[in-house]
Amino acid sequence: MNTPTNLKYTKSDEWFDPATGAMGISDYAQNQLSDIVFVELLVDEGEEVAVGKAIASVESVKASSEIFASAAGKVSAVNKGLSDKPETLNSDPYGEGWMIKIEGGVAGDVMDSAAYETYCEGRSH
Amino acid sequence: MTYIPISPTERDAMLKTVGVKSLDDLFDAIPKKHRFPELNLPPALTEMEAAAHLGEMASSNENVREHLVSFLGAGAYHHYVPSVVDHMLRRGEFYTAYTPYQPEISQGTLQAIFEYQSLMATLTGMELSNASHYDGATATAEAVNLAYAQFRGKRKKIVMSPSVHPQYREVIRTYSQGMGLEEAGDDASADLEVGPEALMSLVDDKTMLVVVQYPDFFGRIHDYTKLIEDAHSKGALVCIVANPTALLMLKTPGEMGADIVVGEAQPFGIPLWYGGPYLGFFTTKKSYVHKMAGRLVGETVDVRGNRSYVLTLTAREQHIKRERATSNICTNQGLLALGCSIYMSVLGKQGLQEVANLCYQKAHYAASELSKIDGFGLCFTDPFFHEFVLCCPKPASEVNQYLLDNGILGGYDLSKDYPALQNHLLVAVTEMNSRDEIDTLVEILQEMK
Amino acid sequence: MATVIEPTIFELSSPGRRGVTMPASDVPATALPPKDLLRSDLPLPELAEVDVVRHYMKLSKFNYSVDDGFYPLGSCTMKYNPKINEDTCRLPGFLYTHPLQPIETVQGNLALMFEMQEWLKEISGFAGVTLQPAAGAHGEFTGVLMMAAYHKSRGDLKRTKMLIPDAAHGTNPASVGMLGMSVVTIPSDSRGNVDLEKLKAACDDTVVGMMLTNPNTLGMFDEHIEEVVKMVKDCGGLMYGDGANLNALLGIVRPGDLGFDVMHFNLHKTFAVPHGGGGPGSGPVGVSQRLVDFLPAPLVGIIEEGDHETAPLYGFVTPKQSIGRMKAFHGHFGGGLVRSYTYIAMHGPDGLKDISQYAVLNANYLQARLRDTYKIPYDRICMHEFVMEGQFEGSDIRALDISKRLMDYKFHPPTNYFPLIVHEALMIEPTETENKDTLDRFADALIKIAEEAKSQPELLHNAPSTTLFGRMDEVKAARELVLCCWLPENYEQMV
Repeated sequence: MNTPTNLKYTKSDEWFDPATGAMGISDYAQNQLSDIVFVELLVDEGEEVAVGKAIASVESVKASSEIFASAAGKVSAVNKGLSDKPETLNSDPYGEGWMIKIEGGVAGDVMDSAAYETYCEGRSH
Repeated sequence: MTYIPISPTERDAMLKTVGVKSLDDLFDAIPKKHRFPELNLPPALTEMEAAAHLGEMASSNENVREHLVSFLGAGAYHHYVPSVVDHMLRRGEFYTAYTPYQPEISQGTLQAIFEYQSLMATLTGMELSNASHYDGATATAEAVNLAYAQFRGKRKKIVMSPSVHPQYREVIRTYSQGMGLEEAGDDASADLEVGPEALMSLVDDKTMLVVVQYPDFFGRIHDYTKLIEDAHSKGALVCIVANPTALLMLKTPGEMGADIVVGEAQPFGIPLWYGGPYLGFFTTKKSYVHKMAGRLVGETVDVRGNRSYVLTLTAREQHIKRERATSNICTNQGLLALGCSIYMSVLGKQGLQEVANLCYQKAHYAASELSKIDGFGLCFTDPFFHEFVLCCPKPASEVNQYLLDNGILGGYDLSKDYPALQNHLLVAVTEMNSRDEIDTLVEILQEMK
Repeated sequence: MATVIEPTIFELSSPGRRGVTMPASDVPATALPPKDLLRSDLPLPELAEVDVVRHYMKLSKFNYSVDDGFYPLGSCTMKYNPKINEDTCRLPGFLYTHPLQPIETVQGNLALMFEMQEWLKEISGFAGVTLQPAAGAHGEFTGVLMMAAYHKSRGDLKRTKMLIPDAAHGTNPASVGMLGMSVVTIPSDSRGNVDLEKLKAACDDTVVGMMLTNPNTLGMFDEHIEEVVKMVKDCGGLMYGDGANLNALLGIVRPGDLGFDVMHFNLHKTFAVPHGGGGPGSGPVGVSQRLVDFLPAPLVGIIEEGDHETAPLYGFVTPKQSIGRMKAFHGHFGGGLVRSYTYIAMHGPDGLKDISQYAVLNANYLQARLRDTYKIPYDRICMHEFVMEGQFEGSDIRALDISKRLMDYKFHPPTNYFPLIVHEALMIEPTETENKDTLDRFADALIKIAEEAKSQPELLHNAPSTTLFGRMDEVKAARELVLCCWLPENYEQMV
């Protein structure tokens, strides 16, 4: 499982990059969902998001999930290309699979990569 | 033990394996005071007796094949269903199968639905179709759900023409109770002479959906292209409720630019059946597919390289999205969608064109002859397909009673739904009405005092 | 290139072929509407009747159906569909009546509907029934609308939360979502009952009510049902019963007697209306006295009382505070009500009780035969269905693989991955219309498959291997989204 050390993670499997303000879903999440076929971004540029607000809806062949903001701030960019290539979330969740970027981001309840890895290992499936 | 194949010996062996003494012992978890109620129902009939009993009930009705000549439409139409349709629908492989969740052993159902989707998309001129809804009215309500989901609740106004079927408008009002919608245009006392452009002034940047019918409830054919352009310029979607028989002849709603085309496909292979079950079709553009409710069949291959079909985009549906689903719908009208496909296939392009032409020709002959009778006239001057409004010299209910006394089911009494139309009948004519029947209708009305 | 086993109706088409023809017009001709109102083309298939028949015959043979064999789908009640029902629902007197005909001309239909309302009330212990909803989910939506309307009519506007157990069918929360209410999930305890402590904590005056399937989707009859109902009603909520599992309760207990306020029936499950490859169903709804005025309109009622000489005059009535209309016309009269009316008439009270007793016996028998091979998380006397785990210690075999392998043994798999609270769930509902030999063969197959899982797992991973079609590429279907077949581009030039 891939867990870059420069990122922060939530219990609901979102990642947040304090340096760039970008957020998305973790490698663990994309693996759980398996083949993603549809992504809908629920916020627009310029919108204010609070921690825990739904920023995207993701559907795979067998499951559907809402993605929540891991930090609060103003949306400075949304990854419009995702809706044409939803499989990017599976292949590159931390790179091309970024969902939105916020500025002035104040992180919510997040953990570092080591804590997140431990958390994931402890989960049963 | 009507259909239960377990013998007393088998039962006893099974009880022993389970470890209880009697069948009643299986129900200890049921609160004692409510257990094993005496049901006050008639004692069981044998098959022979049931057949006789149901036969009597059915025969006590006056039906439109054997007793009454019918000119009644208003959302349910009397058409000829080729024999092939019912013969195929009686195959146990089709009607006793379940929803095709296990595609390896359900390719019959899946391919049939895929073909149905294709046929309906072609008919309406749209990009895709789902596997169907309960009926035309609930399909229209699902269009409202789609629009609501599309705008994520940011737009909450719908504009509905009063010339949409009254029962469909009622259903939309019932369905949208929990959505806090603003409804405009749905006013049965509005001026019915004006065309669809009159709705344009009601459409604004809060409007999520405009709903119109084609032909409208009064049978009138309107070209909605301008209305659709106007709605689109304001960011609103347009749903057209269409009659499938009319679509065989007329310009398609797809050509007009509609976003969603729904309707009642009962005319295609489903008997009148006292109102149900019927078949709601739902077609739209690819860009709305993720917000669309209902089952969807897609093409794929299996591991052996065979072209096959599966239920797809199932993550939209209730069993996965649960409370976030666009709709709670689980079923589709599977067997009836199959019936519709078989109807369209066995008549084929030319046979279907013949059906449409007969409906058109006979309706126009009837309208022409009826309007020549003193005191009667056509209420509207717009082009029509197979239904028209006949203005009568007396209340429609009296005209209908007189016709019924003469073995004729007259048209639909519009006074119930439109206060301005007290003496008006909505008359429908299909390929099932012979020239003799039409001439008889005219003669009888001529003699009416 | 993919192999095509049976082409589509569009591919089998050839320009100029004729199927059924219509008579020539017998009226003087009228000019068609102006060209700008006509469609430019009608690219629909053209086939002869024999080719249409052969195509659909081929398709039918790709299916597995109840008429073919055992179909133990949990919560679907795949019981035998009696053939007499196919005949009665097609009687001309039913087939050729228009929903808007004057009531005097359709007293046969209205009498049937009235009696159905009365019978369903009697079977379930309710005070009122609507026959209008088209399917179970439609009935659920109807029920939830009535619950909301009831509270609103009493000025009780704070109630916006619906309590739903974690094992519930997806249509339950989806119906609630359609009304903009929120869902509070109540967990089940280790015996498969509603967790009473958690329920107590959730019951307050913001609760609309509870939606409960009983027996639940684990096949368990809640051992504390009376306490559950009391807790919800004590805080002012209403009890909704999901009637999907009614096949366990006919003549055994009546939901109305247990205190339920509203319940939908699935005529296509309990009352043998065939599933039709996915529909149509029929979802009447029963209600207790306090919800009777909210039923959808129209309802069938007695317009003029009869006497010992004449039958009453039946017609349509509108309940005083009706929530409105749920669909056009009256409900699934032909396909649904006539079939189930025939079914109930042929069973009578004793026959109905037999159905539930044997449905429950069959399920318990299978559970007993399988408990030593498969883990059964809630191991007590079940109702008409039970859930087991489709996985084994130290093996990567999952419920999906077991299901696919069952096809090689010529059985339809049970329900997979539902309810969500059991890992690798396999939900088995045999119904009452299966004999002991079938049940034994099924149990033997599952036991054999468990052995294969350990010794020859590739048989399961590659299953099904004896069916005409193998496992499908569902990702390809969702990514490429090919949803229609079209006529080939050069169709018009083809000869």
